[in-house]
Amino acid sequence: MVEPRDVFEPVLTARKAGLVACTHCARVWPLGQRRCGRCGGRLISRDRRSLSRVWAWWTVGLICYIPANLFPMLETTFLGKTSGDTIVSGAVLLAMHGAVPVALVILLASVCVPVAKFIAVAYLAASVQRGLPADPLRRTQLYELVEFIGRWSMIDVFVVAVLSALVQLSIVVSIHPGPAALTFALAVFFTMISARSFDSRLIWDSLEADAPRASGTKKIPAPAAPGGVLKDPQT
Amino acid sequence: MPQANELPGDLRDLIACPSCDALYRAAETAHGERAVCARCHHVLIAPLEGAILNIVALSLTVLLLLVTAVFLPFLKIEAKGLSHTASIFDAALAFADAKMVALSMAVLALIVFIPVLRASLLIFTLLPLLSHGRPLPGARLAFRWTEDLRPWSMAEIFVLGVGVALVKIADMARVELGTAFWLFAVLVVVTVWQDTIICRWTIWEALDREEAAHKRPSSVPEPDHG
Ligand SMILES: [Zn+2]
Ligand SMILES: [Zn+2]
Repeated sequence: MVEPRDVFEPVLTARKAGLVACTHCARVWPLGQRRCGRCGGRLISRDRRSLSRVWAWWTVGLICYIPANLFPMLETTFLGKTSGDTIVSGAVLLAMHGAVPVALVILLASVCVPVAKFIAVAYLAASVQRGLPADPLRRTQLYELVEFIGRWSMIDVFVVAVLSALVQLSIVVSIHPGPAALTFALAVFFTMISARSFDSRLIWDSLEADAPRASGTKKIPAPAAPGGVLKDPQT
Repeated sequence: MPQANELPGDLRDLIACPSCDALYRAAETAHGERAVCARCHHVLIAPLEGAILNIVALSLTVLLLLVTAVFLPFLKIEAKGLSHTASIFDAALAFADAKMVALSMAVLALIVFIPVLRASLLIFTLLPLLSHGRPLPGARLAFRWTEDLRPWSMAEIFVLGVGVALVKIADMARVELGTAFWLFAVLVVVTVWQDTIICRWTIWEALDREEAAHKRPSSVPEPDHG
């Protein structure tokens, strides 16, 4: 028999072996057990309802993100006159003062990352729901990227916090947080929850649904056997 | 249907990829080696020499840095003969003045409380393991929480935010960086370093091993691989 070398060959998963994996500590238990005996985490073989949670938090996040862009993030009072800056107008102002790299950081963290995150999470959830045949490895990497950079959007909230705390020079100039600071923080929070609700194991299930059932005995491979350690895919 | 002969006698020898559910037999991984899931490339096991000692030491450093930073001057602004100082608390509480008390609490949690909590829980979990003592009751819950809290510990993002804020007001006023600012800068390095050396599987195995060793101290050998 020819041994397929494709990594996307349906492998033996915990579920196919009649087990449920703990996503907290990676230990496996007999299918049907509710709580992990090692770390106490909740055991769910595949969280189908996770998709509805993803969409619910995603929607709430989007609802918060729209006013976050329309209302001022910062309100500057200069000699009694108050003016507001939204995320984009604040970055444009910064760029006009010559701080182009910092303006780009702000735009990247507050506009590009959140928008890209909304699109990425929606794509991941839809791809699982529709059973798209897209490369599962790429989608897993996309998911890990979303989880990794999503939290960095919080930077703008911290900028507002520092500026409002620091720039308090009696009647000359003072800075106060605008209403968008709150909705923006909520948008980041809800999108983080949305991404974390996603069960990435669902991405790989499409490989198994139409795959022929493995016949006979299937050996469980050892990823960590000395000498047989799989190479770091990055190198 | 699972075939009986597919399954080994002891489930303890198996590891499932948390990211894609692929099932593997967990074998010893040497220090510095990485066991990676064959299909999704998730790092499953990556033990490092002396990791537990280093994690405890770094957690103590985090606690020390944060607790000191909270009480030391953070930033000072000077312009047109006027000056104003702000502590880290002031930064978090900036939203409280604008009737956003909940946001103030959240910011305080993200930059101070959660990092402190994570460091404390890690010390609580790992300190007994250093002397091969029995894990404290609740150590498992504590370690699960430290991992769940990881994305919500945002001290490093806060430091970058301070940097951006300083650039924003650079041509308006002179800003003096206080000791607390530098402590926070060190904190970023320590936190990032710590997060790269935590191998969950190794710590769970260590907790299991010590627990078993203290339950039956006599002659029962610990479960062997292979
Ligand atoms: Zn577990
Ligand atoms: Zn995997």
